[in-house]
Amino acid sequence: MGLPGGLLRLRRLLLVLWTTVLGVVTAVLTGVLAGPAWAATGLVWAGVLGWGWVMLGRNWRSWRYAERADDLLISRGVLWHEQTVVPYGRMQLVEVTSGPLERRFALASVQLHTAAAASDAKIPGLAPAEAERLRDRLTELGEARSAGL
Amino acid sequence: MSPVEPGAAPVEPGAAHEEPGAAPAEADTPPVEPGAAPVEPGAAPAEHHRLHPFTPLRRAWVPIGAVIGVLSQQVDRAQEWARDLGSVLGVLLLLGLLLLGALYGFLSWWFTSYAVTDTELRIRTGLLFRRTAHIRLDRLQAVDVTQPLLARATGVAKLKLDVIGTDDKDELAFLGEREARALRAELLARAAGFAPAEAAGVGEAPVHGLLRVPADRLWRSLLLSLGVWGALAGGLAASVAVWWISASLVVSLAMLLPVLGGVWAASGGRFLTEYDWTVADSPDGLRLDHGLLDRAHETVPPGRVQMVRIVEPLLWRRRGWVRVELAVAGSKNDVLVPVAERGEAYAVVARVLPGVELADLEFAPSPGRASRWVVPVWWKGYGLAVSPQVFAARHGRLCRRTEIVPHAKVQSVRLTQGPWERARGVADVSVDHGANGTVTARLRAAAEAAEFLHAQADRSRTGRADASPDRWMT
Repeated sequence: MGLPGGLLRLRRLLLVLWTTVLGVVTAVLTGVLAGPAWAATGLVWAGVLGWGWVMLGRNWRSWRYAERADDLLISRGVLWHEQTVVPYGRMQLVEVTSGPLERRFALASVQLHTAAAASDAKIPGLAPAEAERLRDRLTELGEARSAGL
Repeated sequence: MSPVEPGAAPVEPGAAHEEPGAAPAEADTPPVEPGAAPVEPGAAPAEHHRLHPFTPLRRAWVPIGAVIGVLSQQVDRAQEWARDLGSVLGVLLLLGLLLLGALYGFLSWWFTSYAVTDTELRIRTGLLFRRTAHIRLDRLQAVDVTQPLLARATGVAKLKLDVIGTDDKDELAFLGEREARALRAELLARAAGFAPAEAAGVGEAPVHGLLRVPADRLWRSLLLSLGVWGALAGGLAASVAVWWISASLVVSLAMLLPVLGGVWAASGGRFLTEYDWTVADSPDGLRLDHGLLDRAHETVPPGRVQMVRIVEPLLWRRRGWVRVELAVAGSKNDVLVPVAERGEAYAVVARVLPGVELADLEFAPSPGRASRWVVPVWWKGYGLAVSPQVFAARHGRLCRRTEIVPHAKVQSVRLTQGPWERARGVADVSVDHGANGTVTARLRAAAEAAEFLHAQADRSRTGRADASPDRWMT
């Protein structure tokens, strides 16, 4: 399953905000210090915006997660592709987090912890209802298949 | 409570005169004591024991050492101060300090106790801030008895308990030597699942020696370490170069010092800790006894080992020597065998990971045509082997390291692929184990890696089913 559109909207909005601010600041600074013609350097940020817009879209599309019979599979990344498989029995803790901005966009992240700190399995930008369903489902499956270390 | 008061009372006036810090420590003790008392009846019938009476002598040095440290940092001010003070007052001050130290040592000893219940070891410490640790015995990862040099002279020992997720706070220092061994035997017996009544009487499990590293092989192996010689040569060359350029001997010597320190730690220091290394097998797990000055007796209960690493430095390979390291969750012990013949070492590993024949592992190399351009030269060292029990990955050419994780200890499996790797059609596979580590098999063919990811997840899931229970005697 892929991620809902909210995360992409949030990330793109942040990108637009930051590139606009930085673009205006660069344009004003260079325009005042080096002459009005130099204000055009602010346009570099427009390029960054366009590139980031595409990259965010690609990254967002690359996120996949699947609840399989005995494990959870998370796949992500375009250039640096990574797949993580966590057997349900190894889950120590499942947490749902949601920051202020994420709440504004009705988003929540689910993070799984195992005994190994390196197995970082996080699914960002889920709808809160889906995040809670996933949490409950994972905890239930984890309990059924739980094992020690 | 009563023994504290008379002991403490005479100190109070003298100490309070010089150091106001003593007053709160004294004043706060009474409220702490009654607070602790109600715990006792609630805490099951387990009886609390105190540590060895030698402990306060050793603890007393903590505040005295701190004061000396502060004084020696400000020598000028201290001298001036001492002159103003006069000799009589100075001696009084010194006495007060000593008494304060003695009081601290005594109180910290008095307020530290431990008890063994059916399922837990309880340690209570703290004078102002109480701390009660309940350690579940079935989660015990390792039990060590260590004896620093001074403790050896006085016949006491330190008992250290490793549990996942705690710092190194959980130790009992000091116990009488015999008491420490008896307690270790009892803890292990209870952890193994013996009934409490039996556990106290089980005593030390029978020990059957597996391996002893002779001293001459140990120092020879340390001399054959390329890394140490490399560091020494590099450090010398750098300091000579600095001397030549700056013409300042002091600077170049100052540069050499840390290098020498590192070289010492890797050669002489290791010789001291790894001297007379003995590996023995007992139903409680492996026993490791070692040390020239500080003796340590470690026990690794069965089924606790998360990862085993075989290290083969270049100069050892002709002699067929290997070093075996291991990872146990929550434990800092990481050496299993400092140096041994390959066959002997494999026999020890077979005790730690039952049913694993290291000699039978067949390592598949990385695909040459693709890997050559991703990691030149070193790709030849990469290898991956999977048996029904373990996942094993190998890397390194000068110093070859083989890391082995039992399927039952694998926590998650990952596949990563960077842009360059994808262009060449290879990917890395990693497994994370419970001792917070990762073992990576680099540069596998992409299709093989994808298939492997799922196969490994299945193996890890089912691997747990036939693993031995936490309480290994039940």
